[in-house]
Amino acid sequence: MLITFNNKGIYCAQADLYIDPWQPVSKAIITHAHSDHAKPGNKHYLCHQDSVSLLKLRLGDQISVQALHYGQTIHIHGVTISLHPAGHIPGSAQVKLTYKGEIWVISGDYKLSSDGIAAPFEPVSCHHFVTESTFGLPIYRFPQVDTVTADMLAWIEANRKQQKNTLLVGYALGKAQRLIEIAAHAELPIFAHGAIANVQRTLIESGYPLHRVMPTATLDTKALSSPYVVILPPSALGSTWAKRFTPYEVAYCSGWMQLRGARRRKNVNRGFVLSDHADWDQLQTAVQATSAENIYVTHGYKATFAKWLVEHHGLQATEVTTQYENHLLLEEEKDEVI
Amino acid sequence: MRLFNALFQQIDRTTSTRDKVAALIAYFKQAESADALWAIYLLIGKSTGRFIKTAWLRQAAMRLSHLPPWLFEESYHTVGDLAETIALCLPVPVTEKIYSLSQTMAFLNGLPSLPEQEAQTAISQRWMELPADERFIFNKLITGNFRMGVSKQLVIRALAETYHKSENEIAHRLMGHWHPNNTPISSLLIDDLLHEKSFEPYPFFLAYPLDKEPVALGEVADWLIERKLDGIRGQIIVRNQHIYIWSRGEELLTDRFPEFHPLAEQLPNGTVIDGEILPYKDGNILPFSLIQTRISRKRLSKQILTTAPLVMICYDLLECDGADIRALSLIERRSLLEKILALPELSGAPLMISKILPCSSWSDVKQAREQARQYQAEGVMLKRKTSRYDSGRRRGNWWKWKIIPYTIDGVLLYAQPGHGRRANLYTDYTFAVWDQDELVPFAKAYSGLSDQEIMTVDRWIKQHTINKFGPVRSVTPDLVFELAFEGISASNRHKSGIALRFPRIVRWRHDKAAKEANTKADLLNLLDNK
Repeated sequence: MLITFNNKGIYCAQADLYIDPWQPVSKAIITHAHSDHAKPGNKHYLCHQDSVSLLKLRLGDQISVQALHYGQTIHIHGVTISLHPAGHIPGSAQVKLTYKGEIWVISGDYKLSSDGIAAPFEPVSCHHFVTESTFGLPIYRFPQVDTVTADMLAWIEANRKQQKNTLLVGYALGKAQRLIEIAAHAELPIFAHGAIANVQRTLIESGYPLHRVMPTATLDTKALSSPYVVILPPSALGSTWAKRFTPYEVAYCSGWMQLRGARRRKNVNRGFVLSDHADWDQLQTAVQATSAENIYVTHGYKATFAKWLVEHHGLQATEVTTQYENHLLLEEEKDEVI
Repeated sequence: MRLFNALFQQIDRTTSTRDKVAALIAYFKQAESADALWAIYLLIGKSTGRFIKTAWLRQAAMRLSHLPPWLFEESYHTVGDLAETIALCLPVPVTEKIYSLSQTMAFLNGLPSLPEQEAQTAISQRWMELPADERFIFNKLITGNFRMGVSKQLVIRALAETYHKSENEIAHRLMGHWHPNNTPISSLLIDDLLHEKSFEPYPFFLAYPLDKEPVALGEVADWLIERKLDGIRGQIIVRNQHIYIWSRGEELLTDRFPEFHPLAEQLPNGTVIDGEILPYKDGNILPFSLIQTRISRKRLSKQILTTAPLVMICYDLLECDGADIRALSLIERRSLLEKILALPELSGAPLMISKILPCSSWSDVKQAREQARQYQAEGVMLKRKTSRYDSGRRRGNWWKWKIIPYTIDGVLLYAQPGHGRRANLYTDYTFAVWDQDELVPFAKAYSGLSDQEIMTVDRWIKQHTINKFGPVRSVTPDLVFELAFEGISASNRHKSGIALRFPRIVRWRHDKAAKEANTKADLLNLLDNK
């Protein structure tokens, strides 16, 4: 087997490198810059060029990192390696490894619907496909992005009419950029929590045509005139910091908002189902598009999704334990240190 | 149903009472009266019952969504709510049709008479006609578990404002038996109340838990102190030689309590008494569990009537000689009550007056509270002598002061995901005590931990699972929690041999190891000491 799963991560013995290792190794290919996939301490990093500055922002300037374009190939000990768009966040990539005709694709996190920022997902034919399963249950079939966007704008408008500020909560990397682009249509001033403002600036400097936002750190909030929009990461939700923006309405933006229980646990009145992960239908579409016969299901509802792939699609699917434990809401409880 | 669904969404998305009332008023003004009647009926928590067997509903949903049972169950355990699970799993609707709330209720009322296949077909057809966002509420209506985030009090407030009536009048009008199919909105809410409907109870006045030192209430001499009894709070109404017995949950329970029926002739017409219905024999109050065994029965055998005979301990008089006397002071009402109970016709009747506990200082009250348990009471009631009989739960004049509950340290043994807000978090716990070297489950508890603790325990459970039985996980017996409960009684239905009343978690005993938890012998001791 070209790829094995061991206690440090997803390992390619022939090339002696890991994909998204969770313990320090010598050579690491990073699918994307989220903290559960891009860990510190590796000697050498390899990732998509758009992830380079994000990795440096998170892990420090000193890291040794090599960049690839999508589709560019390199060869290590006879293994051909290339990166392909995963559609998850800016710079996110599927990793394709080919050795003696055997093709593996490790998809990291992905979504099929285009968000207008990240390069859209491209299916890659392979024999072995490693897939996430964050939303691997039939209850997660997300509404159309256009519908959600329209709902969000209508809600921001309703808040504006009541002279209330709008607080939008989402991951600093990926989700926040989508929120800013959507909120920009409301033509209100947009402010962002420091973590988000840093990511935004980094991406703009890398050439992403995104809206500029003002960091809140330097603001005198009392001098601001409502209504305006603030983008904040999950860790800031319910904090005293957020209270400075009173009067406000707050919405949590995530695929988890599909369930009423999840929204109520967040103690927010509004939830918008806006996800950077594939939903139930997209997961199946993605798996089928690879025409792979061997599927390895990682983080999420892995047992359920693997069983479904075996029973319903007649594939050789197994669950694999990794440490990308995005499971349930736990990931979002963590502070995002960016 | 579009309007009703929109109301649901509005209420679901706000925590502001003012916004909720505003949304309700807007709805009542806009809705057709047939729909408004159903909305009121559902919102104040009147039960429609289940319209279809849950198993049939699942069957129909699985068939329509092409999901195997295991996957549907897996989904259900994640969502924690059947109506929501179904709404999320169904395919997109084919043609969207508009049905009003009353049309929907008429459709649902027709379901119970259909055989299994036809009922499933009818439901499936309706699902495919409903806009996706109305399916959740529709499913809630089918299961008979419909709840919206408004209290009855808020609905009353909104109706009072919509129809320009007092809240008390609306509360009174909404009491008792009425059904949207045979009650025009005019007679329910609008027409003048010419003649009182004779079976109508008054809204109950409820005490607030005492949340301060009693000294803060002023002079003890201004207060009546009674025992807080643990039975069924009820109203006995005698009007026109008829008796009606209502529970606080506004259920008409007349048929369940034949021992009170002779009162129809014995009590003067136009009498309404508020009190506690309790099992009582040979001068002693019997355990509450005895009343529970008979309350759910449709037919009462002679044996039940002799093992658990009931009395009412009377607290208050609301109507005297046909006059509503709720505005009189408690002292005046009580003296009228005493006069009635002293009538010679009532000798031997199952009515007793609630004892006033002689207390000349707050420390006497405190002592009475501490002794409550030996009188089968939950604590004491503090009622201001000058208080009128209000409606609903209000602060100020009536307080309940419960005894400090029993506590015991138990080991977490099993966990199961909760529902609603706690769906897919492990929040339903089973606790055990030691019996020699074995852990015996003795209580389930759901509440008492903070959100933060719930998250931590949830994570711990996922990491320390020994075994999974469906949704239930057994965990390594390490965590100790202090549980509080109000009462304890022997039970042959539980492995531990005891049953607890209102068990809940007081705190997580980080300081205790599992082997330091209490034992079954400790529990039996509490039982013996009662």
